[in-house]
Amino acid sequence: MTTVTRDLQSPPEPPGTVPRERTVSPSKVFLALLRRDVVVARKELPFFLVRTIMQPLLFIIVFGALLPRMGFVAAGYSAALLPGILAISLTMSAIQAVSLPMMQDFGWTKEIEDRLLAPVPTRIVAAEKIVAAVIQALIAAIVVLPFARLIMGPIPGFSLAHGGEIMLIALLGATAFSSLGMWLGTAISPQQIGLMFSVIVAPMIFFGCAYYPWRGLDAVPVVKYLVLLNPLVYVAEGLRGVMTPTVPHMSLGVVTVALVVLAAAGWALGMRSFYKRAIG
Amino acid sequence: MVAAAIETRALRKVYPAPAAKRGANRQGPPGAALPGAPTPGAGVVALDALDLDISEGEFFGLLGPNGAGKTTTIGILTTRVLATAGSARVSGVDVATDAVRVRTHIGVVPQRPNPDRSLNAIENLVFHAAYFGIPRSTAEARANQLLTRLDIADKAEAKVDQLSGGQQQRLMIARALIHEPDVLFLDEPTVGLDPQARLDLWAILRDLHEQGRTIVMTTHYMEEADRLCQRIGIVDRGKLLALDTPSRLKERAPGGTLIELQLDASPDHLVASVTALPGVLRAEARQNGLRVFSDRGGRIISPLIQIVEDAGLHVSNIGLTEPSLETLFVSLTGRKLD
Repeated sequence: MTTVTRDLQSPPEPPGTVPRERTVSPSKVFLALLRRDVVVARKELPFFLVRTIMQPLLFIIVFGALLPRMGFVAAGYSAALLPGILAISLTMSAIQAVSLPMMQDFGWTKEIEDRLLAPVPTRIVAAEKIVAAVIQALIAAIVVLPFARLIMGPIPGFSLAHGGEIMLIALLGATAFSSLGMWLGTAISPQQIGLMFSVIVAPMIFFGCAYYPWRGLDAVPVVKYLVLLNPLVYVAEGLRGVMTPTVPHMSLGVVTVALVVLAAAGWALGMRSFYKRAIG
Repeated sequence: MVAAAIETRALRKVYPAPAAKRGANRQGPPGAALPGAPTPGAGVVALDALDLDISEGEFFGLLGPNGAGKTTTIGILTTRVLATAGSARVSGVDVATDAVRVRTHIGVVPQRPNPDRSLNAIENLVFHAAYFGIPRSTAEARANQLLTRLDIADKAEAKVDQLSGGQQQRLMIARALIHEPDVLFLDEPTVGLDPQARLDLWAILRDLHEQGRTIVMTTHYMEEADRLCQRIGIVDRGKLLALDTPSRLKERAPGGTLIELQLDASPDHLVASVTALPGVLRAEARQNGLRVFSDRGGRIISPLIQIVEDAGLHVSNIGLTEPSLETLFVSLTGRKLD
């Protein structure tokens, strides 16, 4: 056996001994992963805010302020629009917060590999990404709300009294969409990112009952039942039900069940797809 | 007896055939090397019946061309690729059944630096340590020590994009060491580095090895394997062709200098007359080329060209290689390394 000098680190055990065990609790690793995402998000805060606020802001200005003043839409329209705008901010933020980094990381930068080497089951790494996106999505919705209120003026029947229910819908919606983002981000190749937005995201927004209540589609029954496939419908309708209940909306029970099912399905798909990309 | 750091038995990896992978995941699995030997309908065999025993404290090299199965082997040993069959243990822990525990024992330096670009250099290290449950104060002390030792302490607060290729590679080494692994894996660590950065990296690796760490490195540079490794496994098309110390491998190299002639037509019909030349140990025709092992060095080149030109062929290029791992590799695989 050669004698060795060790100036760099504590020595590895002498050959022949039982290897030391260094188990780490998954929750500790999960929190470290989350802390990393918080640090990164803080660095990118201005970009995050601009990305999050821009699109909803434009819609609020045009549909919530300009059109009502021109007399093209009724004054009460803002009550139907506000929950929809919040739903879009929430869900788009959730999708983007996971899918874009996943595409980048697995597609070319491979940056996530340092986290895939963490001594925890691979699903913990995926779960953390989804949770981080849920948090971002909730922040996005919270940031957009005061802007909307400020630009649209008083909104008939608007109330934040049902805080618990609002939180429940927002949380379920954000989880469903973050999971969906995980699935899209790991299943679609980076070259198809443009396609993802034009074929999946854009139709989802326009047929998501965000700019009109679902009951308004009574006039077009085919569309009315087709849009039920769209998860955004339940977030928008759910938020309407708890924020502006005077506007026609789906029952909270239906919305909750639908979002729980969608979140569970999205979670399962997202986890599976992440694992397939992470482990060859 | 010295304990085994790594032990593989009949390790095999078959990637699905490209046709079977339509739709999603077109990027290919992580660590997927270039296709090895394709088997019709059955996928691409990247690794076939690999048996390896690497001792603790050993500096081991896997040498082979691109697509030989080196990266797949590292992928399996570092829990990023699932083997199709066979078994592998790292520090006595099975990679298939207890991947999480294996990860506590290994440090990995990837083929291409993949630092977390949203974090600066030292954050890369401190966060990586946090993923291993190491407290922040300990992590920071270790990170500073490593950055100093690897000569990038002045870049501690720098964005990783401001680091040169060689500096990024050092950061990757620091990252791989921050949780004090027993086994350090390096996948083609010097590809893309300038000669000076390569020499610096060699010195760092020698140092780490002298400290008693087990190092497993893949490379397709003969010289690198020869200079650094205590034992070398030569792999090609997923199979382990030879395994020994560099000096014993070189002894196994077919005697003589390898002379390669590039021709304008196939020299099949000339092999017999070339073999009959005094000093020729072996000759083989390869498409429009002639490969000759000579025990008289380059002195047979002139009669060799004579034979070829008498037969109406023209020589467009001549290459000479002294007996080395390179000539052994050519004699084992029939092809050159890069």
